[in-house]
Amino acid sequence: MENAIELRGVTKTFGLITANKNVSMDIRRGEILALLGENGSGKTTLMNMLGGIYFPDRGEIFVKGKQVEITSPKDSYHLGIGMVHQHFKLVDVFTAAENIALGLEEKGRFNLNAVKAKARDICDRYGFDLNLDQKVYNMSVSQKQTLEIVKVLYRGADILILDEPTAVLTPQETDKLFAVIRNMRADDKSVVIITHKLKEVLEISDRVTILRKGEVIGTVNTKEATESSLTEMMVGEKVELNINRIPPVNPKKRIEVKHLTIVDEQNVRVLEDVSFDVMGGEIFGIAGISGNGQKELLEAIAGLQKCEPDSSIKYFAGEKADQEMNLLGMTPKAIRDMGIGMAFVPEDRLGMGLVGSMDMVDNMMLKTYDNGRGIVVDRSIPRRRAEMIRKKLGVVTPGLSTPVSRLSGGNVQKVLVGRELASNPTVLMTAYAVRGLDINTSYTIYNLLNDEKKKGVAVIYVGEELDVLLELCDRILVLCGGRVNGILDARKTTKEEVGLLMTNLQERRQA
Amino acid sequence: MNSSLLAWIVRAVPFGTIIMFGAMGEIATEKSGNLNLGVPGIMYLGGFAGFASAYLYEKNSPNPQVAVCVILALICCIAASMAGGLIYSFLTVTLRANQNVTGLALTIFGKGMANFFGVYLLNGASYTAAPMAYSAFSAKLFPAEKMGILGETVFGYGWLVYVAIIMAVVFHFVLFRSRLGLNLRSVGENPATADADGISVTRYKYLATCIGAGISGLGGLYYVLDYNKGIWATTGQIEALGWLAVALVIFTTWKPLNAIWGAFLFGFLYWLYQFLPDMLGLKVKTYVSDIIQMVPYVVTIVVLIVVSMRKKKENQPPASLGLSYFREDR
Amino acid sequence: MKEPLIRIIKRQQPPLLNKILIRVIAIVLALVVDAVFIYGVTGLNPLAVYGVMFKGTFANAMRFSWALRDLVTLLAIGVALAPAFKMKFWNIGAEGQVLIGGLATAIVMVNCGNSLPTPILLIVMCIASVVAGGIWGLVPAIFKARFNTNETLFTLMMNYVAISLVSAATNIMRGQASSLGKLNMATKAGWFPKLWGQTYNINILVVAILAVVMFLYLKYTKHGYEIAVVGESENTARYAGINVTKVRIRTMIISGAICGLTGFLIVGGRDQTISTSTAGGNGFTAIIVAWLAKFNTAYMALIAFLLTFLSKGAAEIASTYALNDFASDIISGIILFFILGSEFFINYTLVFRKSRKEAAK
Repeated sequence: MENAIELRGVTKTFGLITANKNVSMDIRRGEILALLGENGSGKTTLMNMLGGIYFPDRGEIFVKGKQVEITSPKDSYHLGIGMVHQHFKLVDVFTAAENIALGLEEKGRFNLNAVKAKARDICDRYGFDLNLDQKVYNMSVSQKQTLEIVKVLYRGADILILDEPTAVLTPQETDKLFAVIRNMRADDKSVVIITHKLKEVLEISDRVTILRKGEVIGTVNTKEATESSLTEMMVGEKVELNINRIPPVNPKKRIEVKHLTIVDEQNVRVLEDVSFDVMGGEIFGIAGISGNGQKELLEAIAGLQKCEPDSSIKYFAGEKADQEMNLLGMTPKAIRDMGIGMAFVPEDRLGMGLVGSMDMVDNMMLKTYDNGRGIVVDRSIPRRRAEMIRKKLGVVTPGLSTPVSRLSGGNVQKVLVGRELASNPTVLMTAYAVRGLDINTSYTIYNLLNDEKKKGVAVIYVGEELDVLLELCDRILVLCGGRVNGILDARKTTKEEVGLLMTNLQERRQA
Repeated sequence: MNSSLLAWIVRAVPFGTIIMFGAMGEIATEKSGNLNLGVPGIMYLGGFAGFASAYLYEKNSPNPQVAVCVILALICCIAASMAGGLIYSFLTVTLRANQNVTGLALTIFGKGMANFFGVYLLNGASYTAAPMAYSAFSAKLFPAEKMGILGETVFGYGWLVYVAIIMAVVFHFVLFRSRLGLNLRSVGENPATADADGISVTRYKYLATCIGAGISGLGGLYYVLDYNKGIWATTGQIEALGWLAVALVIFTTWKPLNAIWGAFLFGFLYWLYQFLPDMLGLKVKTYVSDIIQMVPYVVTIVVLIVVSMRKKKENQPPASLGLSYFREDR
Repeated sequence: MKEPLIRIIKRQQPPLLNKILIRVIAIVLALVVDAVFIYGVTGLNPLAVYGVMFKGTFANAMRFSWALRDLVTLLAIGVALAPAFKMKFWNIGAEGQVLIGGLATAIVMVNCGNSLPTPILLIVMCIASVVAGGIWGLVPAIFKARFNTNETLFTLMMNYVAISLVSAATNIMRGQASSLGKLNMATKAGWFPKLWGQTYNINILVVAILAVVMFLYLKYTKHGYEIAVVGESENTARYAGINVTKVRIRTMIISGAICGLTGFLIVGGRDQTISTSTAGGNGFTAIIVAWLAKFNTAYMALIAFLLTFLSKGAAEIASTYALNDFASDIISGIILFFILGSEFFINYTLVFRKSRKEAAK
């Protein structure tokens, strides 16, 4: 079979991080290729180089046998490559047809009806269900996605790249999408699906290329692959991290979540009927592909999310953990005023956890600035605290008065984690606490979490690296599609088991 | 027809025309995502340049031609206004300066330019006039005298009134029925999407702002050479008209067709204080008429609130209004 | 590999010297452009003209006190805008807030001038102005908080509502007279007394105190801290447990109230009368001052000084060379353009393709 696209030795680095290393792969004509890999394995970066978003540092790209340079999305269109991003690029107040017509370089008079006619043709040919006169703001996520695909086809793409197309779809919508993808294959188009859902890979693709840590691990024919063989390639051999794990210390129930359901602004159920307990003295891991409700879950406990009526979140205070307190519907300040020491290291460090333009001292008092009487803020305690954190965690900074946005990622995280721990919490929630950090800083964080555990703190650790989750945590809750897909004993489970739960919703739950 | 009502209409329509030009220009600008608070300054620049060129031509040419006078005034007006738009675009688009602050500085600058040089034209007098330009710009297109009441109220105005209306209609079609308009609107709504679709955000912002400034400037020209009978006097009147044009943009919910009736409605509301009591045979104190003068602004505030309450997407300001766009460094 | 000719890169930390240098260059360039303008229009030696300009502020003690008086008016409004802008709330309505404060002052002066002893009269005037200005700031804030109504356009429109009210009130107050003239001309009730022998010292003192207090308020109080967090990121503010709506409304009341107080200072301490030009465009100019100073009241004083110096200087030029006052608007306009443009070179650097290759060597 002829190759639509060939990549040869493509490398892309961002600063010190290598996103793709010496990647070579082919996309054939008339095939459905799945690009499989964990979060951060470089799938999207790689495909963005075909979409004209990034330009490779090294390596060659051939399209239909000819070497090309793709420097903009426009170049990409002209080569017949169409990319549908995870975050849709659509104008809300325009109709579907207007969005399709945007930026077209067609000759002659502008005629929206001609655009519609041609678009309707495309819809009919592949079986898309799209109302061309509907405004985008009235569309569901799946309709928007359909529109993006039609838009790309309209521009004459015969190589389609879909980034996580099913992440936001219901099973029925997914089936519909797969049907049209098969129609496109029948029409001799090439389709690349970026995904980490094994079931779908097996269901739809002809071949699978697996990426891990920016490198191609291998390409296999889907027919010869199984879920476990793919998982193994995707997650790799178990790596010994030698994180010192002690048994849970005197565990008592601190947090109880029951039937937690959250519906977001787009009316998507980001969390559905989630129930679990967290003990003091344990590290409770939460695994899952990112965007499966982890963020909302932690924010709900911290008092930052609106939850559906039947949900319940409780905290148990006291030495014996026998004083029940309701957390649902409380603001962060109300939780603080109830005397609950809740520390929260959010995923968005500079957009939520810290104020980038403020220095370390001012960031120290983000949650405590209104302590004490009077109208003046007291900076003496925060200053001492900042000095202490700087020494204890080795924060590299020109000075305490340097805005934290100028610090490196690792140092920013040390400041944030340091502040949260300094408040002597009884509950500590961290989201992707080691993302983007070097090995040494990561270990510093692991040790800090273990220290908290020893003190009897209930630690919730949302993570993405399975090796870490398995070695650090006592129990692991796996989220998939906003539901609890199993709670595992971290000492007994395997990487493959967690990986499978992350990517496949259990049948009993789907019903 | 009641003679007061007649007088009211004849007053309101030309008044509305001034701000219709101002608002149309600003709609074009804002549709590209630029909130240009320099409209008053631009109307000053346009009005003054148009007047000055016509005045100097009339005064210095031994044998002035009407056509030359008109064309010269139009060219100078548009050129000066567009220069104002260019300063704004360069600062906000290329140098990424804050839009509100740049617009206000432009208003100060434009007002200063017009009034500073205006003093030279006045040359010690309290006002000065360009009679030929006035007669040319207030020329009626239709034989209004023979058409009775219709002639007076509908066909009896200077030709720029009809140009403004036609322009609004054409502008409507360009904005909502052409590729150019579609692309322009996308720039103001979601520049990142426009950029990804190969539309040059910078070029659209520059063009919309400069052309918009040219149109706004015509409002100033119309004010001086027709509405104000070709008389230049150093006054603050144009500034108030400029702000009223900004208000009108909100009132129209960024739609040129609404600018036509909206402008005339504003004209009616503005002159309400004088003609309504006359019409009803009432005598009101001056302070009542002062209070009535706030009506256009209050109406605009109400529209602004209602639109934000109803959240109907089509009536909202362009989504990226007031924000600079630049592609993240890759 | 294809690469654009010029790339724009955000500077991480421009050195202080660099910042100062860029601004000085901008002002010098602006003065050069202004000089070209002056020469082009008048044919006069620009340096001599600038020399005359200096006299506008520094010719004698009275000139200096006038300049200070105008400076503090501008500064007071800048101080009022600082907390709103720091919170990223675009209050373009200072002009109206000043006017409405001035109007409240004038009404109290006229109606209570004969019945209240001076100190109490002044206090009542002050309170009335603060309340009126506060209300003018509060209204847009409520709608912003409740419906996310665009505050830039709302506050802008509120200016003209205030202007109408002022012109109505002056028409009522003047009665049969052709113009309003000074209020309480006979009794001088409500006029600020001289302080240390100077008419405007009270204004200057009050604004100086205001500027210092605002500086401290923003830097050292819990409120100031909340404003800074809300301005930076609403998400962070919620995370920190700050009630964003409450902070927004409270801050806009403060902003409007100080504008109102400025109206009190103008009416009681400077004009002793009220008109639609009481604020005189200072409400708009102060927006530029507050923005350029990055909400720091000390820098605001510097910029307000620069602008006042220019406008006084231009007036001096005007009278010396028989030009007119509007020259000051042009000269300030040009300087503002240059300063606004110079911000870019403080925050960004341009990297040319060639120099990058050299850097790679």
